[in-house]
Amino acid sequence: MSIEVRTAAPGPRPSLVKDPTDPRPTPKPSAAAAAGISHDTGWSIGDKAGLIAAWVCGISLCVIAASIVLFMAWKGIQFLHLDMLTTSPQASLDQSANGGFLDPLVGTLLLTAIGIAFAVPTGVAIAVWLTEYGRPAGLARLVESGVEIVAGTPSIVLAIFGLLVFQQSFMGIFSFTAEGGAVFGRSFLTAGAMMALIALPLVIGSTREALNTIPRHVREASYALGKDKASTIRRVLLPSARNGIATGATLGMGRICGDTAIVVILLGASMQTTPESGFFGLFRGTGSTLTSYVYNNSPAGEGNAPDKAYAAAFVLLMIVILLNFVVSLIGKRKAPQWN
Amino acid sequence: MEAASFNEVDLQEQTLEVDRTDRRVELLLGALASTILLLIAGMIIFVFVKALPSFTHNGLAWFGSGGSVDDQLMNIFNSPAEPENYVYHLRAWPLLYATILITGVAVLISVVFSVLSGIFIVEFAPERLRKTIEPVVKLLAAVPSVIYGLIGILVVVPFVAEHLISEGRKESVAYVIQLDGTSILVGVFILTIMICPIMIAIIVDALRAVPDKWVEGAAALGVNRWRAMRTVSLRAIRPAIVAALVLATARALGEAIMLSMVAGSVGFAPNPLDGFTFFLEPARPLASTIVDNAEGLSVAPFGQTMYAFAAILLISSAFLSFAGWAARKSFSRYTLGAR
Amino acid sequence: MELTEDHPQDGSAPAAVVPPLRRIVVESETVPIRVGDYAGPPDPNYGRDPWQVGTGTEGEPVWVEERMRTEDLSIAYGDNRAVKDVSIEVNSGEVLALIGPSGCGKTTLLRSLNRLVELTPAAKRTGRIILDNQSVDDFDVTQLRSRVGMLFQQPNPFPMSIFDNVAYGLRERGSKKPRRKILEPVVVDALERAGLWDEVSSNLNHPALALSGGQQQRLCIARSLAVSPEVLLLDEPCSALDPISTSIIEETIVELKSEVAIVIVTHNLQQAARIADRVAFMYLGDLVEQGAAGQVFGAPREERTQDYVGGGFG
Ligand SMILES: Nc1ncnc2c1ncn2[C@@H]1O[C@H](COP(=O)(O)OP(=O)(O)OP(=O)(O)O)[C@@H](O)[C@H]1O
Ligand SMILES: [Mg+2]
Repeated sequence: MSIEVRTAAPGPRPSLVKDPTDPRPTPKPSAAAAAGISHDTGWSIGDKAGLIAAWVCGISLCVIAASIVLFMAWKGIQFLHLDMLTTSPQASLDQSANGGFLDPLVGTLLLTAIGIAFAVPTGVAIAVWLTEYGRPAGLARLVESGVEIVAGTPSIVLAIFGLLVFQQSFMGIFSFTAEGGAVFGRSFLTAGAMMALIALPLVIGSTREALNTIPRHVREASYALGKDKASTIRRVLLPSARNGIATGATLGMGRICGDTAIVVILLGASMQTTPESGFFGLFRGTGSTLTSYVYNNSPAGEGNAPDKAYAAAFVLLMIVILLNFVVSLIGKRKAPQWN
Repeated sequence: MEAASFNEVDLQEQTLEVDRTDRRVELLLGALASTILLLIAGMIIFVFVKALPSFTHNGLAWFGSGGSVDDQLMNIFNSPAEPENYVYHLRAWPLLYATILITGVAVLISVVFSVLSGIFIVEFAPERLRKTIEPVVKLLAAVPSVIYGLIGILVVVPFVAEHLISEGRKESVAYVIQLDGTSILVGVFILTIMICPIMIAIIVDALRAVPDKWVEGAAALGVNRWRAMRTVSLRAIRPAIVAALVLATARALGEAIMLSMVAGSVGFAPNPLDGFTFFLEPARPLASTIVDNAEGLSVAPFGQTMYAFAAILLISSAFLSFAGWAARKSFSRYTLGAR
Repeated sequence: MELTEDHPQDGSAPAAVVPPLRRIVVESETVPIRVGDYAGPPDPNYGRDPWQVGTGTEGEPVWVEERMRTEDLSIAYGDNRAVKDVSIEVNSGEVLALIGPSGCGKTTLLRSLNRLVELTPAAKRTGRIILDNQSVDDFDVTQLRSRVGMLFQQPNPFPMSIFDNVAYGLRERGSKKPRRKILEPVVVDALERAGLWDEVSSNLNHPALALSGGQQQRLCIARSLAVSPEVLLLDEPCSALDPISTSIIEETIVELKSEVAIVIVTHNLQQAARIADRVAFMYLGDLVEQGAAGQVFGAPREERTQDYVGGGFG
């Protein structure tokens, strides 16, 4: 194989000053140069300042993030004992005698389960309706804005709205009715229903996103096989969107676990789980969650047992880390490839 | 329309059948979406109806200042049992002021910090650092606010009380307020730390989604890295920055528990004329006020006052998402959805 | 046409501007190859000074001067060597066409000339690249890229108005931003040279992404021309264009070549034959053959070149 590549002898570059004997035409100045636009390509002061600011912010972010994580880990290791996970909280001002946080832990799990059980089916249904049907368009826009309003509504507002609703006398079945007929309005069910509203926008959002990434031709191929829209949704679209649904559900669980306002207002003030009698007693009863336990045991709360608060916060953090990990696992799961 | 007439031509029994089930599914899903919409509308109406007496009794003076808001709340709480003797007198300015001040300052700091940190993470951070910090930021964005509150009240508040509040400073304002470390300074600081990860996570995702070809196109014109980042990438992600801003502001507005833990929980309007002491004075925003007074919700006039606070929060967050929508719309002019 | 309005004219769309028909290129099966007006590589004894390679259409001398060269340049993405020991010059005064089958490393070679390949983390480079007798590594990278302009395979206008796109490089390269008044003549000139002016003159404030693919590509050409590069790298600039736009671009390229050293990657051999003075054929990362266009297309020395160009020229 003979590749003929000419290699010219290196030599000095000819002077840029035009040689008067050079017969070439003088190149005309570029339009930009003629207009007097400078061509310096360095970094201006503003650029440098921006760059430095980005580095400063980035590094301080890293420092703050690391200190929060390490601080919580240290406190967790210092104060968390396994028996706290298996004993119920006791009313005592002595940190060694006020028990563990079994009830709040169970409460967190139960409340999350209830909230997500309401939120996922509703959210998926609404997302499907919005992306696949969305008629009449005006109603769809209204539903969209409604969901957005819920997403922006502070949970404390949802909480007192929930109290308003569930204290109506016909809502008595969801909580506990006192002697005089006054409905208490506070229970796992009522808190869970409001928690579902917090999770709903997240579920709707990520389901819609997932549905929107499925190209049109996939739907058309399914119709071409003689499937109707409903079974296309059930057999083709929802399975393809399952990563999105799972992400939304997990994000929703994270939000539910972490909410305090709804728990403080809608789950009653007792730290122990107190079921009502009857079939759905547990759901109609009151209790606490890790968030309300942490709040209660902080100096701002009634219990004031900082060690317990740290330990419970650490457990809560572990749950959040787990949920985050699940979200990233789902994200890495192979998404369907459309070609 | 053409499709419909086309369908009519080669209609078969089977397609009719299919269309009917399809229609049923559509109606079902649409009905569900409408129910949620009704629920949301109901929430807004309920809250406003409940809030009305407080506004009508005070008129525009509701928003003004005058007297101690905590004393007024106490009087409302203790008002006589007969409806005609209910006390509604309230001048809510200190609470509104605290909400605007704490949210505004925290959001302003956060947006600058988050944009710069996002740029750092995507563009300048070494690979290893980037791989660690990104999941940590996502985690911090999901950490329950009560944990931030706990760190704030157990670590930052004592620090401030010990190192920033001297006896002299305490005495200088002792005639109006007690300084104990819980302050707008700590509130803003913890709130900033809480909402920054939320914004950074969104901004990083958006920056990463900026098509390479734009960045390369800018680079190929001899534009330096910072400028390319600022003028192409940042420009392109303005909608995401607005979305992050809206989300973070909504979070900050609605943050109840954490701020009630660290910002002092006193209905006091810090006075900027106090110099640096201003930052060390306590305050209590609307959301915290509701949570702190949850026990009193069943006292009719007091409950109505709380719903008035909720109504203000609801209006603000609805206005916020509308403003965000309008801003995003104005940015999409040149993007044309090409992302 | 007015240029200064800041408001879009969405409502009052002007009557469709019919672009002037310049020249319609009819793609014939065999293209006449310009043999004879290219004198081939310079006399080695002549050194690196400019040399005359032929005469132009009006009998004026055509000069060639080396601007860039690569010496044993190799680029690898991880273990995949996309460019292998390529040594080639880029001269002003002539158009160099890079041809070769898909995936042979043309884009990679082009992107390495302005160090854009460094934005790909996996890419590794060995060998030297020289711009005006100075290694490109010695340049400030922004300096280098402002002298070596590039047009991408896919049109990539920014999400801004048409005017802002063309003015982008001028605005953002310097430390102070020129005003719109000053930028206007340059932008108009660039758009004219890219053959886009007639179509967009009345809607300079419209979003660039609303243009058609071909218009976007010409906008990108205008964007590169506005900053007056000394070397211009064109990666299949006409792959999305219709024959008329193609011929406008080709005319622009031929007009530019006296001032700007041009490298064009193209899969269209007839286009290469029409506008290129020198042609380099790459295959699987190797530079197989380079020479005067007439020689490479008319009498290729290598069998692989023969196989590749043979199809197009019967
Ligand atoms: N960013 C990248 N990362 C890894 N490998 C790459 C990358 N870009 C190109 N390659 C590889 O380098 C080789 C050459 O690619 P290149 O894009 O230079 O080809 P090309 O000649 O421009 O092809 P085409 O005519 O299709 O544009 C190919 O094998 C390709 O797989
Ligand atoms: Mg290519």
